[in-house]
Amino acid sequence: MIELLSVSKSYAGAAVVAEVSLTIAAREFLVLIGPSGCGKTTTLNMINRLVEPSAGTIRIDGEDISGIDPVRLRRRIGYVFQEAGLFSHMTVGENVGITPRLEGWDAKEIARRVEELLALVQLPGMAARWPCELSGGQRQRVALARALAARPGIMLLDEPFGALDPLTRDGLADDYRRIHDALGLTTVMVTHDMTEALLLADRIAMMRAGRLVQIGTGRELMAHPADDFVSDMLATPRRRAGRLADFLAAP
Amino acid sequence: MSAAFREALALLPDYLGQHLMLSVAAILLGTAISLPLAVAAVRLRRLRGPLLALASIVQTIPALALLALFYPLLLALSLITRDLFGVGVPALGWLPALLALTLYSMLPVLRNTVTALTGIDPAVLMAARGVGMTSRQSLLLVEIPLAAPVIVAGIRTASVWVVGTATLSTPIGQTSLGNYIFTGLQTENWVFVLFGCVSAALLALLLDGLLALAASGLAQRARWRIALAGAGLAALIAAALVPALAVPGQTIIVGAKNFPEQYILADLIAARLNQAGLAASQKSDLGSHIAFRALAANDLDVYVDYSGTLWANQMHRADMPGREAMLAQLGAWLQKEHAIEMLGPLGFENAYVFAMRADRARALHIESLADLADHPGALKIGGDFEIFSRPEWQSVVKAYGVSFAVQRQYQPDFLYHAVADGDVDVISAFSSDGRIALYNLKILSDPRAALPPYDAVLLLGPRHADLLRPALKPLAGAISLAAMQQANLMVARPADKKTPAEAAAWLAGVVASARPGR
Repeated sequence: MIELLSVSKSYAGAAVVAEVSLTIAAREFLVLIGPSGCGKTTTLNMINRLVEPSAGTIRIDGEDISGIDPVRLRRRIGYVFQEAGLFSHMTVGENVGITPRLEGWDAKEIARRVEELLALVQLPGMAARWPCELSGGQRQRVALARALAARPGIMLLDEPFGALDPLTRDGLADDYRRIHDALGLTTVMVTHDMTEALLLADRIAMMRAGRLVQIGTGRELMAHPADDFVSDMLATPRRRAGRLADFLAAP
Repeated sequence: MSAAFREALALLPDYLGQHLMLSVAAILLGTAISLPLAVAAVRLRRLRGPLLALASIVQTIPALALLALFYPLLLALSLITRDLFGVGVPALGWLPALLALTLYSMLPVLRNTVTALTGIDPAVLMAARGVGMTSRQSLLLVEIPLAAPVIVAGIRTASVWVVGTATLSTPIGQTSLGNYIFTGLQTENWVFVLFGCVSAALLALLLDGLLALAASGLAQRARWRIALAGAGLAALIAAALVPALAVPGQTIIVGAKNFPEQYILADLIAARLNQAGLAASQKSDLGSHIAFRALAANDLDVYVDYSGTLWANQMHRADMPGREAMLAQLGAWLQKEHAIEMLGPLGFENAYVFAMRADRARALHIESLADLADHPGALKIGGDFEIFSRPEWQSVVKAYGVSFAVQRQYQPDFLYHAVADGDVDVISAFSSDGRIALYNLKILSDPRAALPPYDAVLLLGPRHADLLRPALKPLAGAISLAAMQQANLMVARPADKKTPAEAAAWLAGVVASARPGR
């Protein structure tokens, strides 16, 4: 369980995140969504202390994370970056095995884990390849495997599928949801794509200008949008779904 | 031609070994200092500007000047350490050369490392933190490996610079491939000059190539390439160490200033020492002042200087008590002030004189230095690198009131060409130089005795004087002016040119035949 209690972050006096409070249950898949610059990535980064909050408290399983060594904390939490963020001077296998290596696992154990994870993300036998030899989707799968390597209970994903073509994106998103369920992970994912959020998330947290506007399941948001901003955000997927339904219904 | 080539080849192991050892040590030391400094400069933004500016300033100092500057610096340091610990620091040779080249090698490594580290994609740094690296792990596992190609490029640039610049460490007493160049320039031995240039260039290319091979091997994890480069570098270092290890513990160091007569005399002295069973090595192309200081500091053990030079430049005397009184006072002063033994005059004089082309002197009706005053500000004069800043020149100007339209400085060797070709009208010359006759020059007389006598004297440093005295005593008074002029001419003349070593062997024969009783 992850709890954010009145968490704020400001740079040079300007608030980027203001008084955000929310609780993410164990095994929940939460999506943080909002327009560019709304503070969703900053909120995500505060959970593993890549960014330190200016005020407020964050707890994981009841423990205040400001008391946990940030390096140890990050090794317990998987993180997938926007553009994969693979290390170009390391092979696929070395990228995937990096956190176990930092944790001091022995080489055989790491190799076994790497193969296991590459199979999980459907890239079996690719350990000896270099990141530059992979497609965008393959790179993102490697990043996913890397984040999962040290068996974290929590996964943070920052627009992980944003740069991919729609087909790859769809496949990868479905695969990830399956992994989430199979491994019993707690996932917080940032996106700006409402359709993706509706299709993947257990609950959706809407942010605007650093504030949390509304949180709930997709259906709850559809049924009871808190304000015009939320209904505007939901209008596009709703309209497209309607048009698609018409299109498919036509003879 | 082929004799010169063979002689050059024979000197190669010593010159190349010393050159290589010096260069490799300077590159390793420079890199070892620059890498942590660059990392610190990346982490501490305030340090970056001043550090890079300082390295750039060092780079703008001409390499020769930088090398030369370390001599007085270390000399001063040596005085301090002698006071404090009773042990001096060598101010000549290996140490100043190493320090100057190390400084010289730092800029490319510093600049490339800082540029490469600051240029790393912030997203990658974020990822390194995200996977749970400490800042130290991020540096070692991500930042340095990613910056490595650019860092290695900096080290390669530094290597090429250092190998080239190391040739300039010859004048501060460090043997290098520059010995070919400096000696070749003095004796117009172009085979030597080319040999020095080409061997230094090949060495630089080889080192650069090996580093490139190692870098590409590491980047692509090609094991045989890493192994090949490693073996090549190891072989180079081993080659550098062999001559250093072969030198026996007690070596007599024979000094020579930067003109052919000095090379011949140093070869003559070294040959005599070898005959007496002493190991001798040479440090040549030294300036007058440096040679004297080095002898006093035991960086040299023996060299030939000239009484007038010491009288004016070391004793700072302007009076002229006469030849015998001057030699006596000089000997006493050297012993008392510097514990240097003057092993008698060699028997010839090599005076600083002023000379003109004979036809030009006749046309202008110039016979003596006094006649030069009849052409104030009209004539052009050329001198070696020392004369115009020496007290003897002040003395000439004062005694005769001469003035010139142009005053130029040349390598001693080029002086004679300059006057022969009419680039200048008057030059400073050495009276024992064979080229005075070769170029048909007229020596201007010195009626007011502005210039002191310059008897060649053999000076022994304090360290090994007792060993050297018996071996070198027979040279005292044994070399006539005619013999020295002949030996000098053998090296200087364009036809049937001899190397200094050959001229020294000839001179040794003259010395032996002049003393048949020995």
